[in-house]
Amino acid sequence: MSEEFDIELPLLLEAIHLKYGYDFRRYAISSLKRRLEQALQDLGYSSLSALQERVLREPEIMRGLLAHLTVQVSEMFRDPSFYRALRDKVVPYLRTYPSLKVWIPGCATGEEVFSLAILLREEGLLDRTLIYATDINPEALRKAEGGIYALDRIADFSKAYCEAGGRASLSDYYTAGYNAALFDKSLRERVLFSDHSLATDSVFAEVQLITCRNVLIYFDRTLQDRAVGLFRDSICRKGFLGLGAKETLALSTHAAEFEELVREERIYQRR
Amino acid sequence: MESSSPITPRSLQAILVGGSAGAVEVVSLLLGALPAEFATPIVVLVHLPRHRPSALVGALRGKCGLALREPLDKEPLAPSTVYLAPPGYHLLIDQGPSFALSVDEPVNFSRPSIDVLFDSAADVLGPGCAGVILSGANPDGAHGLRAIQAAGGLVAVQDPDDAAQGAMPRAALALCPEADRLSAKGICQWVQQLSAWHNSSSRGAR
Repeated sequence: MSEEFDIELPLLLEAIHLKYGYDFRRYAISSLKRRLEQALQDLGYSSLSALQERVLREPEIMRGLLAHLTVQVSEMFRDPSFYRALRDKVVPYLRTYPSLKVWIPGCATGEEVFSLAILLREEGLLDRTLIYATDINPEALRKAEGGIYALDRIADFSKAYCEAGGRASLSDYYTAGYNAALFDKSLRERVLFSDHSLATDSVFAEVQLITCRNVLIYFDRTLQDRAVGLFRDSICRKGFLGLGAKETLALSTHAAEFEELVREERIYQRR
Repeated sequence: MESSSPITPRSLQAILVGGSAGAVEVVSLLLGALPAEFATPIVVLVHLPRHRPSALVGALRGKCGLALREPLDKEPLAPSTVYLAPPGYHLLIDQGPSFALSVDEPVNFSRPSIDVLFDSAADVLGPGCAGVILSGANPDGAHGLRAIQAAGGLVAVQDPDDAAQGAMPRAALALCPEADRLSAKGICQWVQQLSAWHNSSSRGAR
């Protein structure tokens, strides 16, 4: 990476923050650099300065850049053993609540939202649950709300669904069209899709469960601490937090406020 | 970064090893040849089908006297440790140096991708890293190895004629013709030498 790129990078992030309020200043620098290099290539700019000049003046370009900076393609039931552990170890606790709130921050295009909604439906809990699915990217939220996924991804989703302890067949939950699978509207009835930033917004509800998988890996340690602080404030006493397979609270300033419930699946319980 | 300081092995902060088909045997040989006091962190990335936990950890544990594990996100690189890139994620070196992970799109049809790891290491560690490309049937890693070389790091490639699959080392040599071209055994000696050099010169400096 060139010296100029390294100088321009923080300037661009500052400009985006001042103009649009999106705060990428505490994102993990290594991934951010790759994404910005890709953005320069795809959007056709020779330098971050040139990109910054346009981004400041054209919101449309910011939208294009936002897609590069945020979108992660996830999979339904990614890491099936995580979902099995949720069923076996967390659902028994969740049953004891008359009503449930679940928060999925950084939900991107919604694969995790539908996975969890299906799991809760099969456990008989979805009707008394409200799921908050949040992200900073409005385009991703729209896709998530649509619940439409390319048909060529469904085979992998189905396999993972079975490995995750699915009680039926994944095809019970979608209708297949030409090249896409449309997930059942009733799965979305209990989901509220909404704009929320772990970098700049605050807590909005008390919840019993947060699953935030492979979102914190894009943050640096300082922003991770902020996000986990929000989780701590949002999760009720003895409530649950599920992270990605390679994420840990061990390095967090809030580590002592959580207990490991299922260590190998990164499921924590609020003290 | 002190760009004016001479490139000495003393500044070696990590050795990065990438490979694909046919590479596990060489990695196994390499780790088996390393003494328990080998200090420099080693990061190994081999393309593998996705398993959890990675089958490679089981296969290689017990082969070497060093600590061996898949790194967690933001974990700092520690001495005398071998890190194996977890399947399904890109592995990057971030400031610290520490590890960072991503689930961004595959690069060269691979996640983890050797190019992603090597590029980030070259960027953060500069001449403080060394890169090795082993056997493999696709060109992933060639650009990354060139980035390490351009940043002043030492580079070596398994001789394509010695490798079970020659395409990956050939692609690497095409972009880094000056890289040391070595047999599997030669790679073992090359890595050992790096660290021996590193240890004696850091002792001498104190």
